[in-house]
Amino acid sequence: MSHIATITWLTFHEAWRRRMVLLALILGVLFLVIFGVGFTLIVTNLNPRVGVIERRYGFNLLLMAGFYVVHFLTVMLAIFASVDTISGEITSHTIQAIITKPIRRWQVLIGKWLGYAAMIGIYLGLLTGGILAVVALVADYQPPNALAGVVLLWLEALVLLSLSLLAGTRLSTLSNGVLLFMLYGLAFIGAWVEQIGSLLESPAAVNIGIITSLLMPVEALWRRAAYLMQPPVMTAIPTPFSGASPPSTAMVVYALLYAALALGLALRRFGRRDL
Amino acid sequence: MPQSAVCMTDLVIDTRALRKVYGRKTAVADLTLQVPRGEVFGFLGPNGAGKSTSVKMLLGLVIPSSGSARVLGAEPGAAAVMARIGFLPEHFRFHEWMRAGELLDLHGRLYGMPSDARRRRISDVLELVGLTEHTRRPLTDFSKGMLQRIGLAQALLNDPELVFLDEPTSALDPFGRILVRSLLHDLKSRGTTVFLNSHLLGEVEATCDRVAFIKEGRVLQTIVLRDLHAGKLRVELRVDAMTPALHSALSALPATELLTAEPESGLLQLMVADEELLPEIAATVLASGARLYALTPQRLTLEQIFLDVIGREDSGQ
Repeated sequence: MSHIATITWLTFHEAWRRRMVLLALILGVLFLVIFGVGFTLIVTNLNPRVGVIERRYGFNLLLMAGFYVVHFLTVMLAIFASVDTISGEITSHTIQAIITKPIRRWQVLIGKWLGYAAMIGIYLGLLTGGILAVVALVADYQPPNALAGVVLLWLEALVLLSLSLLAGTRLSTLSNGVLLFMLYGLAFIGAWVEQIGSLLESPAAVNIGIITSLLMPVEALWRRAAYLMQPPVMTAIPTPFSGASPPSTAMVVYALLYAALALGLALRRFGRRDL
Repeated sequence: MPQSAVCMTDLVIDTRALRKVYGRKTAVADLTLQVPRGEVFGFLGPNGAGKSTSVKMLLGLVIPSSGSARVLGAEPGAAAVMARIGFLPEHFRFHEWMRAGELLDLHGRLYGMPSDARRRRISDVLELVGLTEHTRRPLTDFSKGMLQRIGLAQALLNDPELVFLDEPTSALDPFGRILVRSLLHDLKSRGTTVFLNSHLLGEVEATCDRVAFIKEGRVLQTIVLRDLHAGKLRVELRVDAMTPALHSALSALPATELLTAEPESGLLQLMVADEELLPEIAATVLASGARLYALTPQRLTLEQIFLDVIGREDSGQ
C-alpha cells in the first residue's frame, strides 16, 4: 500500500514541480472569473419583462455552457497529463531505477492512475463547484442532478486516463496522443450524427452514434450529464447540450466497465513487457 | 559439473541457458553463469554482445524467452529480493525535476526504508559519491558525470548485498573513475557481491575477481584474474629456421604451451607459466640447433585476453 502511495505522491509532486498544477489553477481561476463576470452582467441587465421560466432557461443554458467548457478541459487535461507517463518513462529509462526497487509493476501503474484520477477529480470539483456557486449566488438558481453531472464528467476523465495508460504500455507518447484524440473526435462527430439523426428520425444515424459511443464512451457521458442537468423541457430545444437521443444508464455502466477493462489490460501488459 | 556443485551453497547469481529473442534477433543466446557471494564479477564483451540485456534479465526488467535464473535465491525481479539489490542502469536517467536529496529520498522510500534511516543513509551515500554540497540542487543542473554519481548513490542507498553496475564510469572523469574503483574495493571488503558490466578493461582488471567474456549472447570463457597476475607470460621468439626438432623440444617443455608458429618468418609464440622458465627456453632453442634472434616476454593484460577470446574482427564495432 505504501508503495502505491509513494507513486501517487510522486505523480502529484511531479505535476506540481513541473508547474502543471499552477498553470491549471491560474487558468481555472481566470475561467471562473470570466464566467462569474459574464453571468453577473447578464443577470443584472435582464429585462424585467422576461418571465421566470425564460430566466431559468437562460440561467441553465449559461450554466451548461460553463459545464461544456469544463467537460472539454477535463478531456484535454486527462489526455495531456497522462499520455507521456508510461511511454515517456520507458523511453527515457527513468522507469528502470523505479521498477528494480522492491515495488511491483502493478503498484506503479495503480499509483499513477490514482494520482491522476485524484488530481483531475480535484480540478473538476473546483471548476464545477465554482460555476455552481456563481450561478447559485448571483441568480439563486440550482440545476437538477448537479452532483451526478460532476461525477459523470469525472468518469469521462477516468475512461480516458485508463485508456491512455493502456496505450502508453504499447505506443509512443505521440501515437498514444493521436489515438486518444482521434477516438475522441470520432465519438464527438458520432454524437452529433446521432443527435441530428434523432431529430430527423433516422435510425441508421442514431446507430452510428451508438457505435462510436461504444468505441469511445466519453462524449456519451457528457451528453448524459447534460441531459440530467437540464429541466426536461429544455432537452427538446436543439442546443449543443440538448439530448434528443440521451444515452441511457446502460451506457454509464458500459463506460465503467470500459475503464476497468482498459486499466486491467494496462496492468497485464505493463506486467509483461520488457523495460 | 563438480565446480558448481561446490559453490551451490551460496550462489548469488545462478543462471542456466538464459535466452532472449526479440523477433528474429537473438540478444542473448545462452547465458549460463554462477556468481558466488562476495565476488566482484566482471562481464565483458563488445557492444551488442548482450551484456545489458543479460543484466536486465537478472533484474526482472526483461523477461527471458527461455532458460532459468535465480538471483539471491529467488526469481529475478521478485519484490522481496529487490530490497537487497542495488542497480545503476546503463542509461542513468532519473526524474530530473527533482533535487538530488529528493531523488534519493524517493528511492529510499521505494526500498521501504524508514524516514530516519533514509535521512542518515542519504547523507552517507552523498558523501560517498562526493555530492554532499549538491543535495539541494535540482538534477536538471547536473552534468552527466554528476548524474552518474547520483545514480551510484541511489544504487548503494539500501546497503545492498548485490550491486549491478552497468557501465558505471561511462560519463565519469578520471577523478570519478578513481572514486568508483575505491568504492568497488570498499564494497568488496564488506562482502558485497558486485556484477560489473564494463568495457573499460583497465578498470575491470583493477577491480574484478573474475571476468566472463560474452559474445553474441554466449559466455565464451571465464577467467580468474588472480591467475592472470600470478606470473603467466606470453613469450615471442624469432629463430632462423623452424625445424621439427625445435618444435618437439619446445612442446616437451614443462608448463609451456606453444601458441603459434609461423615457419616463413620464424616467429613463435609461447605461453609460459613462470618467468623462471625463460633461460630454459633459450637453452632449448639453442640446443635444437636453431639460431635465436629474439626472445621477448610480455605480461598478459586483460586487453590481450579480451582480443584473443572475442576475436580481433570485432574491434571495429
